[in-house]
Amino acid sequence: MAAVAETLDTVQSVTQSGYKWGFSTDIEMDIAPKGLTEDTIRLISARKNEPEWLLEWRLKAFAAWQTMTEPHWAKVHHAPIDYQDIHYYAAPKKKDGPKSLDEVDPELLAMYEKLGIPLKERAILAGVEGAEDAEEQRPQIAVDAVFDSVSVATTFRESLAKVGVIFCPISEAVRDHPDLVRQYLGTVVPTNDNYFAALNSAVFTDGSFVFIPKGVRCPMELSTYFRINARNSGQFERTLIIAEAGSHVSYLEGCTAPQRDENQLHAAVVELVAMDDATIKYSTVQNWYPGDAEGRGGIYNFVTKRGICRGARSKISWTQVETGSAITWKYPSCVLQGDDSVGEFYSVAVTTNRQQADTGTKMIHIGRNTRSTIVSKGISAGRSDNTYRGLVRVMPRAHGARNHTQCDSLLIGDQCGAHTVPYIESRNRSAKLEHEATTSKIADDQLFYCRQRGLSEEDAVNLIVNGFCKEVLKELPMEFAVEAQKLLAVSLEGSVG
Amino acid sequence: MSARTKPPAPLEAVAGAFLARYEARPDGDAVRAEAAELFRSAGLPGPREEPWHYTTLRPLADAVFDAPHADPAALLGQLPDIPAPRLVFAQGRFRADLSVLPAGLTVHTGAPAWGTLARPAVEKLVALNTMLAEDGAEIKVADGVDGGTLVLASLATGGAFHPRHAIRLGHGARLTLIEVNAGTGAYLNNPVFSVVVADDAILSHLRIQIEAADAFHLSTLYAEVGARGTYDSFLLSLGARLARMEVHARLAGEKSAAHLNAAQLLGGSQHADFTTVVTHDAPATTSRQTVKNVLTGQSRGVFQGKIEVSRIAQKTDGYQMNQALLLSPQAEIDSKPQLEIYADDVKCSHGATVGELDPDQLFYLRSRGVPEAEARSILVRAFLSEALDPIAHDAARAAMEGLITTWWDGQIGREGAAV
Repeated sequence: MAAVAETLDTVQSVTQSGYKWGFSTDIEMDIAPKGLTEDTIRLISARKNEPEWLLEWRLKAFAAWQTMTEPHWAKVHHAPIDYQDIHYYAAPKKKDGPKSLDEVDPELLAMYEKLGIPLKERAILAGVEGAEDAEEQRPQIAVDAVFDSVSVATTFRESLAKVGVIFCPISEAVRDHPDLVRQYLGTVVPTNDNYFAALNSAVFTDGSFVFIPKGVRCPMELSTYFRINARNSGQFERTLIIAEAGSHVSYLEGCTAPQRDENQLHAAVVELVAMDDATIKYSTVQNWYPGDAEGRGGIYNFVTKRGICRGARSKISWTQVETGSAITWKYPSCVLQGDDSVGEFYSVAVTTNRQQADTGTKMIHIGRNTRSTIVSKGISAGRSDNTYRGLVRVMPRAHGARNHTQCDSLLIGDQCGAHTVPYIESRNRSAKLEHEATTSKIADDQLFYCRQRGLSEEDAVNLIVNGFCKEVLKELPMEFAVEAQKLLAVSLEGSVG
Repeated sequence: MSARTKPPAPLEAVAGAFLARYEARPDGDAVRAEAAELFRSAGLPGPREEPWHYTTLRPLADAVFDAPHADPAALLGQLPDIPAPRLVFAQGRFRADLSVLPAGLTVHTGAPAWGTLARPAVEKLVALNTMLAEDGAEIKVADGVDGGTLVLASLATGGAFHPRHAIRLGHGARLTLIEVNAGTGAYLNNPVFSVVVADDAILSHLRIQIEAADAFHLSTLYAEVGARGTYDSFLLSLGARLARMEVHARLAGEKSAAHLNAAQLLGGSQHADFTTVVTHDAPATTSRQTVKNVLTGQSRGVFQGKIEVSRIAQKTDGYQMNQALLLSPQAEIDSKPQLEIYADDVKCSHGATVGELDPDQLFYLRSRGVPEAEARSILVRAFLSEALDPIAHDAARAAMEGLITTWWDGQIGREGAAV
C-alpha cells in the first residue's frame, strides 16, 4: 500500500477535479452484450461453468428483482438508471499463463504498480508460472484482486491452505467447495432482501470467498482490491466470509476506479457469518471515482453489507473510510443473534463537490447481553450532502443489550449539507441505549491556533480533520490507516478558504 | 424496511366514510371543497410514509365512536384547577355557557379559524380537518398587550370532530395558553392549530392531553415565530388509546426561539407519538427540546424530532434530548431524532437514551428505608422533572404534577409491584 502513498506524493497538479487514480487500462476484454434478461444470467452462469443450483438461485433472484422497485428513501438524487444499458459481464480474455513478468500485458503491470502491489505479488496476480513456488515469508498480506468482474488471481493461497484457510474467488469456491457456498450463500442477505441485493444475486460475477476453520487465527491480513475498469460495466461482486467457532480474521477491502464520464453502477453484496467466539474484522477504504467538480460521472455505490453473529460471544467489526463515489448508499450491518455477541461500526465519510453519501449501519440485537458500538464521522465540503442513517433495534429477548452511538458531522463551507437520521427502537426494558450526535464546523479558534504556529490553512484543516476522525482511523490496520489519512487530505484539497 | 404495499383497504374505508360525511353536507365553501379534493386523492396517512413509520392509523378502522351521550358540562371537573378565563368546546363546538370569556383579547368563535399556516396539501390529517372543520377559536393578542392566562378546553363524550384554531400574538405581546383535551367514551379529536408569534412576542403553550381511554387524539400544530419572539411549549400526554401530536415550528425571524418539551406517560396498550419539525429559517435562532417517555404495560411511545437548518440560518443553536424509561417487559420505545443541516456555522446536537430505572439508584433509596414502590415513584418523578421544571406557570405546573401523581397511582393499582 505504501506505493499508493508514493503515487499521492508524486501527483503534480492539485485541482479540485483531479482524481489521482483516474487511469484506465486497455486490456482485451470478454464482454457480454448490454442488457439484462434471463439469457444474460444464463450466459454469465455458463461462462463461469456454474452448477445448476446456482443458476436456479440466480434466476429466482432475477424473478424477485423484476417484481421490486428501486428504493428512493435515501437522501440522494440521481438520473434514472437504465438497467438495460449496462454490460453485466466483462472478463480479461483468457490466455495461456505467461512464463515471466516480461510476457505479462504491460498495461496490467502498470496498473498493479499504480495500485501499489509489490512486484512479487504482481507476478502471482498476473499468473506467471512458478511465481508462487518462490513464495517467501516476507509478505504479510494476501491479495485477491478483482479486476472488473473476474478475480485475476489470489496470492498466498498455499500458505493459507496450510492452516486450512480458504481464500479464493467465489467462482472458484463454487467449483471447489460447493457445499460450503451452498450452505451459506444468501443466508445473511437473502436474494430478495432489497432491490440492489436481488440484482446482485442475479448477476454477480465474482468476489472473494473466505473460510476460516474452527479455532484458526488467520495468519495474515486478507486483502482485496476492487477496480472497475471496463466502460459501462457494472460491478456486482459477492463476498462471503465464514468464520467458524473460535476463529479470527481481518479482511481489508480497498477500492479505486479509473476516471470515467458515464456513471457506473456498483451493487455489491457482502455476507459475514461468525460462529461461537469467532471474530471478523472488515475494513474498507473506498475511493472510487466521485465525478468531476460539477458532479458529472462517478460511481454509484449501492452496496449491501451485513454480518451475522450467529454464535455466542462472536464479534463483527466494520470499519470504513468512504471518500469516493458520486453516490454512496451503504449500511454495513450486524445481526447480533448469539448471546454476548458484539457488533461495531466505525465510519468516516467524506463528501466534496457534488458527492452524495447516505451511509450508516444497522444493529439488530436479538441475543442476550449483546453489545454494539457505532462511531460515525461525517465530513461535508463543497456542495455535497452527507447523511448518517442508522438503526438500533432491540428485540424483546435481548436482555441486557447495550448500544452506544456517536455520530458527529463536520461542515466545511456553507453550500454543503450534513444530516443525521437515527432510528432507535427498544422492546426490552433491560436494554440500555445511548445516542449522541453533534454538528459543527471547524472552530475559528482551532484554526487560529494552528495558523499561529505556522501551519498553512490547508495543513491546519487536515490536522483538525484527522483529529476529528481519529477514533475511527485508529481502528484500521496500520497500512490502511496511513493511506486513509492521505486520502482525507487529498479529498479535501481545495475545499478550504 | 417493511412490506411495500398499498395502504390497507380498511383505512381507505375510513377515509371514504369521512368523505361521505363531507358530501352529505354540501356548503359551497371553497376552502373545504379544495381540501376535500386533496383528501379524496391523498387519503389517510399510511405506514409507507416516512413520518408515519412508527404509528399506524389502522385502529381507526375498527373503532366505533359513541354518539355523544352525557352532557359535557359534567366533564368540567376534569379541567385542572387554574383560575383563568376559559374557552370550552364540546364535541368540537364552542359552548358559551361553559366558557368564561377573557378580557383584553379578541376572541372569535362559531366558525373554523383557518389561520395562515396550515398545509392541507402536505399533511393529510390537516386536509381531513379542513374538509370537516365546523368550529374553532380565533385568539388575537394586540401589539404590546400581556394577555395573561387563557384555558382552551376540548371536552367530548363521543363523535368525531375537527376543531380549527388560530392564535396570533402581535408585536411584543404575551400569552399563556393552557390547552386541555379531556373526555369520556370513544371519539376522535383531530384539531389543527395555526400559531403566529410576531416579533418580540412570547407565547407559552401548555398542553394537557388527558383524553378518554378509548379516544383517538390526532393533532397538528403549525407555529411561526418572528424576530426575538419565543414559542415555548410543553406537552403532557397521558390519555387516549392512540395519540399523535405533530408540531411544525418555523423560526422565521432573527434570534427567535422555540421550546418543544414533552412528557409522555403511557400504560396498558396505549400508543402515543410526539412528532416535531423545527425549521431554523433565520440567523441566530435557538431551539430546545426535552422529551421524556415513561412507558409501562404494553404501551408504545414514539418520538420523532427533526431539526432543519436552512442555508441562511447561520449561528443556529439547536438541541434535542429524548429519554425513555421502560418500566415493563412489553413496553416499546421508538425514537428518531433527526438533523438536516445546510448551514455551516451552527451548533446542533441531539441525544437519546433508553433504559430502565437504574438499579443502583433504587438500591440507594431502598437501603435508606424507602419502600420499593415509593423509591420507583421518586425516581420517575426525578426523571420527569427536567422537562417539567422550566414551566413558569405555577398553577399549571402544579396541575400537571397532580395529573402525573394520579397516573402513577393508577399504574401501581393496575399492575401491582410489576410497575
